[in-house]
Amino acid sequence: MPTKIEKDSLTGTDTTGHEWDGLRELNTPLPKWWLYTFYACIVFAAVYVVVYPAFPFQGATGLTGWIAREAVVDDTRNAQARMAPMMTRIREATPQQIADDPELRGFAIAGGRIAFANNCAGCHGAGGQGAVGGFPSLADDDWIWGGQHEAIRATITHGVRAGESDEERISMMPRFLADGVLTLPQVRDTAEYVLSLAGQATDVAAAGRGAELFTENCAACHGERGEGNRDVGAPRLSDRIWLYGGDKASIVQTIAYSRAGVMPAWGPRLDPAIINMLTVYVHALGGGEN
Amino acid sequence: MSTIQPKDRLRPAGAPTPAVQPLYADRQKVYPKAVAGPVRRAKWVVLALCLAAYYIVPWLRWDRGPGAADQAVLVDIANGRLFFFFIEIWPQEVYFLTGLLVLGAIGLFVATSLFGRVWCGFACPQTVWTDLFMWVERQIQGDRNERMRLDKAPWSPSKIRKKVLTHAAWLLIAAATGGAWIMYFNDAPTVTWEVLTGRASLEVYFFFALFSGTTYLLAGWAREQVCTYMCPWPRFQAAMLDENSLVVTYREWRGEPRGKWKEEGIGDCVDCRACVNVCPTGIDIRDGQQLECIGCGLCIDACDDIMTRLERPKGLVAFETLANLAASTAAAKAVPPGAPRLAAGMAARRVPRFIRPRTVLYAALLGAVAAVMLGAFLLREAVTLSVLRDRAPLFVTLSDGSIRNGYTLKIANKGREVTTLVLEIVAPQALHMQVQEGQVMDGNRFAVTTRPDGITQWRVLVTQPDSSPRHESIDITFRLHDSDGRIAASAHSVFLGPKP
Repeated sequence: MPTKIEKDSLTGTDTTGHEWDGLRELNTPLPKWWLYTFYACIVFAAVYVVVYPAFPFQGATGLTGWIAREAVVDDTRNAQARMAPMMTRIREATPQQIADDPELRGFAIAGGRIAFANNCAGCHGAGGQGAVGGFPSLADDDWIWGGQHEAIRATITHGVRAGESDEERISMMPRFLADGVLTLPQVRDTAEYVLSLAGQATDVAAAGRGAELFTENCAACHGERGEGNRDVGAPRLSDRIWLYGGDKASIVQTIAYSRAGVMPAWGPRLDPAIINMLTVYVHALGGGEN
Repeated sequence: MSTIQPKDRLRPAGAPTPAVQPLYADRQKVYPKAVAGPVRRAKWVVLALCLAAYYIVPWLRWDRGPGAADQAVLVDIANGRLFFFFIEIWPQEVYFLTGLLVLGAIGLFVATSLFGRVWCGFACPQTVWTDLFMWVERQIQGDRNERMRLDKAPWSPSKIRKKVLTHAAWLLIAAATGGAWIMYFNDAPTVTWEVLTGRASLEVYFFFALFSGTTYLLAGWAREQVCTYMCPWPRFQAAMLDENSLVVTYREWRGEPRGKWKEEGIGDCVDCRACVNVCPTGIDIRDGQQLECIGCGLCIDACDDIMTRLERPKGLVAFETLANLAASTAAAKAVPPGAPRLAAGMAARRVPRFIRPRTVLYAALLGAVAAVMLGAFLLREAVTLSVLRDRAPLFVTLSDGSIRNGYTLKIANKGREVTTLVLEIVAPQALHMQVQEGQVMDGNRFAVTTRPDGITQWRVLVTQPDSSPRHESIDITFRLHDSDGRIAASAHSVFLGPKP
């Protein structure tokens, strides 16, 4: 309830004229600098609302027409324009030429790392380490479809068994048990022989029985001694790297029901320059062949 | 307005209401009077030297060879280099800068414990620029009395002209100050030309305006308030002072009781207020040691001038230790009334003790820090090596069962020449090293060429044969040898493998 504004005898300050149960409030206004800063903020806000987009509606752009999204698009366009000469050089060079030119190589590896993280790391892992279960490591020295620059580029461009390109990497391993080619004991013997190729067999008799089965059924693609054949994407079996696991159960499963990994074709999805950069990056991960 | 609230409940009924005291006092504008004398001359000399150093240093050139900045003192933010004549510091060596600041602080301790606030009174930028601004003010508006009259006078064309002229001159000096500041961070001739032709970057203009603005504000308007309210140094400098430090002192035993000249039983102080009128912080030195006193000693010049005119000995206000002041006071008190106190008081003084535990400790600290810094600088390596181990994958199993780890080596070459170094790996068991793009020398050693004044990066693959005993982790060291076979740099890392 407002009462009379009066001067407080003790402090010499005016009261606000408000009184509650005998308590009166002194009128001690804000410091001037604070108040004027506050007013300046209000004025600034009013100007801002008119000049810049301040309402969450489509088309509420403000007087300047400035839109954050367009600023980002502009920045991206400028960055791409700056990179354009370099990208053209990379697009027109072969991966081998890029790898031989320190300037192009540095640019390609830096760009390839980003492109790899965006497109490849989901399956192949952040550093190309791969994962058991059909995601090959790209950092080791074992290649299913070839580890030279051109082979890597062809695999990236056309993909594997994805049905997206006429030149894709394709081959199909038979399902030896499911299609009735081998019986389960035969599959087990063959698996034991496959283990022996890498010196890991435990049952010598079974491995001996499997040798003939291997020659009849597997050697055509995987080679007499399991050395593999990159033309048909038949992995080397005599090494220590197993795409789907190197224990006997996994190998039995592989022979019985077959395996077929799939990778999309990146040719239709990525700029040829990016594919070249990815090729050089993957080749430099540690396993590239010349 | 904030006020102290009197404690009513503690006051007996009927007692008079105490006077209300405001918490804040308005600033009393100080109008320091011009003064001449040895202290003033010393201050002019220090001022000239400081300003000359500040404005000339960025223009000094220093040949560092092609492709390198040729400015003697330059903080090159964009390229991450700090140049100081023959010294060149990289960002990771910023501790040298920290060391310099520590040296500066201890140097201040030494100077203060010996001679009081000489830094504040003579060399502090706040004092130097305020002195300069006051000189300009005096040239345009006249001395103390004229300035006071001018401020009281109503606005007139003459007053407006004088005020505008003063502030214009101040702004000009401030601009020159801010302008010189940015020269320490950019090539001086280039940035000067760019600023003058309006082609400098926004950052340059921002800092130019910032330092010009603060100079104008601090030296033109804030002045002694900076020393009294803003600067932390006066708050704790008392901890460095003791009774043997030389401080600006009023010899009370000689001056009091103050009064009219030639009256009987009167001290030497004639209460002319010359010492107060010249004081740049507006205090009365006769009140004793005060926080506001910056130790500039202008009151000494002012008082000596008056004493000379009165044909009395100089030194009523002087640089004096508090120990001597106490000794003189005691001696003067012992003199019977009527006898000359002056000679007895002055005779009781002793040569100030400059060597005391405090000053020895500060000097020893100063020497120790300087020695550590010098040692660190002399032992500073021209080449440093750092190793970043691959984290994904931690290790790679190769087709023959061997284990491979990947590393990125960064070699910083602080020299100005292309240097070829030999890289080798030291490990408790045979590990095969392969350097991408490196040149194989013999066996496990590689020649790596580093670019001058920069960092060269190498990717290194290390392989452990399948036949080697397996460990989860092996400590390894990468070592760089120079052409003479000396170890130029080395760095530790680990070789990881699967659990055995």
